[in-house]
Amino acid sequence: MSMKVAVRQVDGVTIVDCSGRITLGEGSVIMRDTVRDLLSKGNKKIVLNLAEVNYIDSSGIGELVSAFTTTKNQGGELKLLNLTKKVNDLLQITKLYTVFDVKDDEASAVKAFK
Amino acid sequence: MAMTEHRVSYTLDSSLETIDSAEEKATVLATEMGFSEDEVMQISMAVREAAVNAVLHGNGYAPDKKVTISFEHNDSDLIIIIRDQGKGLDLSRIPDPLAPENLLKTSGRGIFLMRSFMDVVEIRPTQTGTELKLIKHVHGPSAGGKEASQ
Repeated sequence: MSMKVAVRQVDGVTIVDCSGRITLGEGSVIMRDTVRDLLSKGNKKIVLNLAEVNYIDSSGIGELVSAFTTTKNQGGELKLLNLTKKVNDLLQITKLYTVFDVKDDEASAVKAFK
Repeated sequence: MAMTEHRVSYTLDSSLETIDSAEEKATVLATEMGFSEDEVMQISMAVREAAVNAVLHGNGYAPDKKVTISFEHNDSDLIIIIRDQGKGLDLSRIPDPLAPENLLKTSGRGIFLMRSFMDVVEIRPTQTGTELKLIKHVHGPSAGGKEASQ
């Protein structure tokens, strides 16, 4: 299953519902283009909902890091929501769990923006 | 007791399809061998990362360069060997992805993930490129990615 995204707004926060695989190729490109498009339109409070992401490789991890730093560099904030066990484990072993702001429910994620 | 061995080898293009195909073949074989769901995921991801290494970093998607992938298994091990025709891999130039200064880098985690998920990872230059050997022990304790790089 390839990567799909759906974007919605909740109280001024942009939620990106991601599903499928974030891997080298199409998945990484979709993730990159989505975040860049949101930032270019002034959406700087972003939550990536990864509840339906069942697979991510090192390129996908790199894309998450890129999304995080690009958003931050443009004065925005990016949080991760609803990690699956596989993605959670990957962020733990790569020590990125401490870098990202990870939430496990949407209301808390939205409320956590300054 | 005699040990049963099986070996199958593929020669593939330097393309994204090869990466997906390698991952898929690894998933099917590891599942058939009875590895746990977590182990199957680890093996398939390690093979995917090795294939990315060969296709992207080794052969640079060059249409005239091939990637060969072999899967061998016996009663005790699953052994995957991936060879590319690239210019070689300088392990000393791959930074530690867990170092604080590297955490926010967008690449450089592939070999780390292979070492995390497989029992043995060997990387060696060949006359025509690089050979990467991955071994997962059957029902053996995870060794946390013991390394035998050369």
